[in-house]
Amino acid sequence: MRTVTIVGASLSGLYAARELRAQGFDGRLVIVGEEPHLPYDRPPLSKNFLSGRTDEDQLALTDADETAGLDAEWLLGVRARGLDTRGRTVVLDDGRTVSTDGVVLATGAAARRLPGGSLAGVHTLRTLDDARALRADLGLGARQVVVIGGGFIGAETASSCAGLGHAVTVVEAAPLPLVPQLGADMAAVCAALHRRRGVELITGTGVAGLRGTATVTGVDLTDGRTLPADIVIVGIGATPNTSWLVGSTLALHDGVLCDDGCATALPQVVAVGDVARVGGSRAEHWTSATEQPRVAVTNLLAGRTLQRVRTVPYFWSDQYGSRIQFAGRHRDGDTVHLTEGEITDDGPGESGFLAHYERGGRTVAVLGVDQPRAFLRARRELQRQVREQAVPAVL
Amino acid sequence: MIPVCRLEDLPEGESVRVETTPPVAVFRTEDGELYAIDDTCTHQDASLSEGWLEGCLVECPLHAASFDLRTGEPTCLPARRPVRTHRVTVEDGVIHVHLTAEEGTAA
Ligand SMILES: Cc1cc2nc3c(=O)[nH]c(=O)nc-3n(C[C@H](O)[C@H](O)[C@H](O)COP(=O)(O)OP(=O)(O)OC[C@H]3O[C@@H](n4cnc5c(N)ncnc54)[C@H](O)[C@@H]3O)c2cc1C
Ligand code: FES
Repeated sequence: MRTVTIVGASLSGLYAARELRAQGFDGRLVIVGEEPHLPYDRPPLSKNFLSGRTDEDQLALTDADETAGLDAEWLLGVRARGLDTRGRTVVLDDGRTVSTDGVVLATGAAARRLPGGSLAGVHTLRTLDDARALRADLGLGARQVVVIGGGFIGAETASSCAGLGHAVTVVEAAPLPLVPQLGADMAAVCAALHRRRGVELITGTGVAGLRGTATVTGVDLTDGRTLPADIVIVGIGATPNTSWLVGSTLALHDGVLCDDGCATALPQVVAVGDVARVGGSRAEHWTSATEQPRVAVTNLLAGRTLQRVRTVPYFWSDQYGSRIQFAGRHRDGDTVHLTEGEITDDGPGESGFLAHYERGGRTVAVLGVDQPRAFLRARRELQRQVREQAVPAVL
Repeated sequence: MIPVCRLEDLPEGESVRVETTPPVAVFRTEDGELYAIDDTCTHQDASLSEGWLEGCLVECPLHAASFDLRTGEPTCLPARRPVRTHRVTVEDGVIHVHLTAEEGTAA
């Protein structure tokens, strides 16, 4: 392979570039990114960046020394518009084309928006530019903030806004937020964190529309109520950035379909991070975006799937001063056991807790709140199990 | 020089956090060696005294960066900057940390 092109210049794209060089690829490396910025880290955007504890320069994922060492051509501020039928040419929005032998798809996901026009004061939170705009609005004095969506990003944003002294309401259409991620019991425990810090949580009610002419003034709920608002944050999930691949031969369905080695049906095209549906599931987690590139690059350079991704999904979230960590896969019907700490009517106890999700007598997932040490042990144990299962049976 | 705890109160393979500013983590390896480093991971915001100790390496409990206790240098991403190391002595059975002077922290 003489040229490899990485499309998407963020977390998983950067890790793919590092892996290509680490695994000995010494050809031409092209990195295409729609954002004008060099790779930066997104998780702090809803946490310490919004609350003002982290500055922009601390978000950088790389530095001048490293970028020089990677010896890549960075085409930033330009979107890829298409991939030719056999994955050998990347077409850019400005009309340029890049001829390539291998392609890493790392285009991530984009924040879902509410239908309708745009009003001032309405934000999503996915990019640095989004976070800058929201931070500027929050800096204008005490405001009424309505967060639509009680998932991780919504909850973290609500927590950061409350910490800055704003009056915050979270609206969640489901009866309880975070049920898909944590299951009903533990979701209820984490939902209590909002109320404990004086953030109002309205559940089981959708949003009918936004009020305001040029600037937002309120949020109409489907139950007929209207919430006054000067700032609205829409945190209703993200969609994988695959529209630019429509018309290529790649199979797309909630992400780019890959085998469990991140390889698409074209051996010279692999996908990593939020855009990749690897072996039937798609994760929107930082750790997946940093772990998949190693396997994907090995398989890309080999031209076939030599390695599979065998990791236990893991994510963390910081809300209202608590650190939530989750690893594994849970399903409805798993039983949940508390193994450390306690849970009170008012949410996690003073020293947090650790909970094991069990199915058929085995631990399949663990949730920790402010129990980093116990969580780390449990997570490593889960990883060990998965690795042992991965060992082929000796015949 | 800051007293930490009695040597026998820190078993091999364990660590303890000292509430200095910034906080320091003291480790006693499986081989019985004592090391002290700044407790806060240079990547983001996690306490290394709660990490995973293996030999002379500690793995951060948040995103698994690993640091060499002898040098403070990260041995893998996502951390890219070292943590400060501090000298440790045992006097009359008590572990003491000698804080390395803070370098010119023009903030
Ligand atoms: C606010 C926020 C907080 C988060 N917090 C956590 C957390 O606490 N824990 C956790 O585990 N995860 C968290 N995540 C998720 C984590 O950040 C993502 O999983 C990770 O960023 C995925 O990396 P990626 O490189 O696959 O995609 P992205 O980071 O989305 O990057 C994709 C890049 O590709 C570019 N791109 C898209 N289309 C094109 C195109 N056609 N041509 C060129 N470039 C294109 C985009 O502009 C973008 O820069 C958070 C995410 C956000 C937004
Ligand atoms: S905070 Fe330690 S690795 Fe991220």
